[in-house]
Amino acid sequence: MVSTLGLPAETSEGASPELEVRGLTKNYSIGRIGRQKVVRALSEVDLSVEKGEVIGLVGESGSGKTTFARMVVFLERPTAGEILVGGRTLPRRPSAHRLREHRREVQMIFQDPYSSLDPRNSVRYSVARPLRSFGLVPRSAEREAVEELLDQVGLVPAVGFLRRYPHELSGGQRQRVGIARALAAQPSLILADEPTSMLDVSIRLTIMNLLLDLQRSRSLSLVFITHDLGAANYMSDRIAIMYAGRIQEIGPASVVMSEPKHPYTQLLHQAAPGPENERRQGAPFEAKGDPPDLTSLPPGCPFAPRCPFVQARCREALPALRQVGAAHRVRCVLYD
Amino acid sequence: MPPLLEISELTIGYGWQPPPSVIAVRGVSLSVAAGEIVGIAGESGCGKTTLALAAAGLLDPPGRVLSGSVSYQGTDLTSLSANELRHLHLAEISMVFQASMNVLNPIMRIRDQFHDAMAAHGVHSSDGARQQAEETFDLVKIPRRFFDAYPHQLSGGMRQRAVIALAIVLRPKLLFLDEPTTALDVVVQRSILQSLDELRHQLGFGVVFITHDLSLLVEIADRIAIMYAGALVEEAPGRELHEKPCHPYTTALMSCFPPLGGPRQRLQGIPGQPPDLRNLPKGCPFALRCPEVIAGTCEAVDPPTVWLDGDHRVLCHLFGEKAADVG
Amino acid sequence: MNWKALLHNRRAVAGALIFALFCLVALLAPVVVPYSPTDINFTPLLHPSAKHLLGTTINGQDILSQLIWGARASLFVGLVSGALISLVQLVMGVFAGYVGGVFDTVAAAVTNVFLVLPSLPLLIILAAYLRGGGLLMLVGVITITGWAWGAKVLRSQAIALRDRPFVQAARVTGESRWHIVFAHVVPNMLGIIVSNFFGAALFAVLAEAGLEFIGLGNINDITWGTMLYWAQEGDAILLGAWVWLLVPGLCLALLGTSFGLLNFAVDEIANPRLRRD
Repeated sequence: MVSTLGLPAETSEGASPELEVRGLTKNYSIGRIGRQKVVRALSEVDLSVEKGEVIGLVGESGSGKTTFARMVVFLERPTAGEILVGGRTLPRRPSAHRLREHRREVQMIFQDPYSSLDPRNSVRYSVARPLRSFGLVPRSAEREAVEELLDQVGLVPAVGFLRRYPHELSGGQRQRVGIARALAAQPSLILADEPTSMLDVSIRLTIMNLLLDLQRSRSLSLVFITHDLGAANYMSDRIAIMYAGRIQEIGPASVVMSEPKHPYTQLLHQAAPGPENERRQGAPFEAKGDPPDLTSLPPGCPFAPRCPFVQARCREALPALRQVGAAHRVRCVLYD
Repeated sequence: MPPLLEISELTIGYGWQPPPSVIAVRGVSLSVAAGEIVGIAGESGCGKTTLALAAAGLLDPPGRVLSGSVSYQGTDLTSLSANELRHLHLAEISMVFQASMNVLNPIMRIRDQFHDAMAAHGVHSSDGARQQAEETFDLVKIPRRFFDAYPHQLSGGMRQRAVIALAIVLRPKLLFLDEPTTALDVVVQRSILQSLDELRHQLGFGVVFITHDLSLLVEIADRIAIMYAGALVEEAPGRELHEKPCHPYTTALMSCFPPLGGPRQRLQGIPGQPPDLRNLPKGCPFALRCPEVIAGTCEAVDPPTVWLDGDHRVLCHLFGEKAADVG
Repeated sequence: MNWKALLHNRRAVAGALIFALFCLVALLAPVVVPYSPTDINFTPLLHPSAKHLLGTTINGQDILSQLIWGARASLFVGLVSGALISLVQLVMGVFAGYVGGVFDTVAAAVTNVFLVLPSLPLLIILAAYLRGGGLLMLVGVITITGWAWGAKVLRSQAIALRDRPFVQAARVTGESRWHIVFAHVVPNMLGIIVSNFFGAALFAVLAEAGLEFIGLGNINDITWGTMLYWAQEGDAILLGAWVWLLVPGLCLALLGTSFGLLNFAVDEIANPRLRRD
């Protein structure tokens, strides 16, 4: 059975995906009045995340991956498109009550462990806030609940961390607090926005493993946002490659890693540092141009200016996402 | 001929009053030859940036060289006056920092910043400064028309190239790069690194490349040194370090980079944390986290430097008596 | 609150002591004052002596008594204006900056208008128009002319904080706007808010004294400013009555200094990194 979006249904009949996003678009206006430009940060993105699935959203700066996260978490209002969580649509202008319900189900882990915790609040306070604001545990049980959360994210002994402040913790520890805080709301979907890119290399894996363990034990859906293809491969069931605000390729992680179809995905493979020579046999790396200017995207495929396989019809119209394999879709004229 | 850069048993501390409160670098020795890329890899707090600053003659108080020496072409940098050091900077020894694009003055055109820097070293417009700068732009692959632009008119990648151009405009012999591409996209990073490699071959300068990204160094560095908690724990030619890492930290660090292909396996990071530099434990700094720790020895006795095959050295007890067996 | 660290900060302690002294004097004025400040039965223009520690005015009033009583006015105007100004700044600066949107646009426009109004002439005109209103009038006038600049500063800080990840994380955690402003934004701006308060209080004290000096306050009130007014009117300089002329000014300066010194205490409290464990 294939759903209307051309995506295979991996769950049992009738179970709706945990997250479904249709035509999500976000435009920003910048500049003074009279000289305004429109930044097309996100353009008509369709994506669905099944319950218990980890999807890696890979892209560089300007790809729209962070904007995507901010839309889903509703830190900002989308310009167009629909967001459905657990089958329920989030209204364009949700009431305060509806927004709180949404926030309970969808949480976010931020990139910078050094600024995602209020420096004036203790660990206990930061982790207890969601418990309080969503009324999840009675006050008397709050401390215990916080300790349990700290335990689960590996901050042991939990009791020793309650009174500490962010500046007394290492980057990895702060990020664990951030994860505990996100979990406190008991969400069904977590968006992790580059949660390890500002951590030391040796700590990254421990945090990634922690996220994987937590995700599996709680059947959470996880959107793992990163620019690191290797990390995405490690974490994800499926990978979506984003460029200039659109999804360019999406498929099971193993397939996208072993048979990347989109020229940009191939470019990312080649560009990733590493001693593996196999990837770089053949033409030396030639990446022309710079990341796309979202205020003046060319007509047609946004990657055309940099694509080694560009043809005339690439600049005429934007190609659609086409199926190229089981659950594997690419947006490129080469596969039209 | 003396090597381009010779660091010998350098120990650096931080602190306004003696004794220093933090020892950031302990007894590090390293040399760099002309035309060679030496990579220094390590995580935050390992001392690599402090080492680079001292080696480039840029270490300011409260940082102080406590012992050891840094020699540039045979001259001890620590014995030079501030003025003499200033003459060396940019003309002979140059440095590019992380997110250097923010180093460019946003209200000055790029050409003016170049002219400023070059004039400070006696190269004026009359002597063809502009010509030389524009040629350097060609070398780093920035279109010449951006020379008259303001920094904000260039993309992040181009700004970083511009800063690299500034660093090499007077054709220095030694170039330090501290995480020059970390803040950039991986595709832009790749092309800048490629340009750097070409430049090194063209102009013959020696490069000290500092980064936390070991996988990057394995590709471009001729030799790689690994630092941990202020000590240099392993040094070897790039290929060899990748194929035969000896120090447990190096091995563990290498496995911290999830591969792009192959079967998906669970990897372990390195549990624990780097030691507090204000309270360094006795013995090997990595002992508490080391999967191959020798109980009783590693936490008590400082590890020896062991040379394996002439160009591969490691600071570890595991190789103490077994030097001949490894390789 | 790290009181221990506070005690080690000598400037803060000095400021606190001076301020406390003034507060004490002001509060206990009716008890401490040697004579009634309005009593004109003494010999005019006496030099400092045992009976009149600071001498007497041209009208025969005891200067020391006036000085003690005057502390009340300055402290009242200073602290009340400071508080009112801070309140306005919180709404027009911090809240507007955080909330953004139409409210912020309007608030910013209003702030800019007030900034552009020349405050000294405005102060004088308003005071002259509302002549005779006394201290409350002065508080009002000072508040109206004194809030704009600080509000602008607070607004840009609030905007910067609004975009910080931990504030966004608080939104994602479901906290209400008001809670975020008071629990996250304000505490992280505490240093600048308190500093603004002291700045406003200082401005108020000096503005009040200045207005009274030029006769726009209620000249029958006993304040340091009116003391200066009367000293001026009574040609104190010509008559060599230095003490009369100097001491009110000195007190004003000292009070202002204490505000400045207390500012040093703010950082200690506001920055958790400075707490010693």
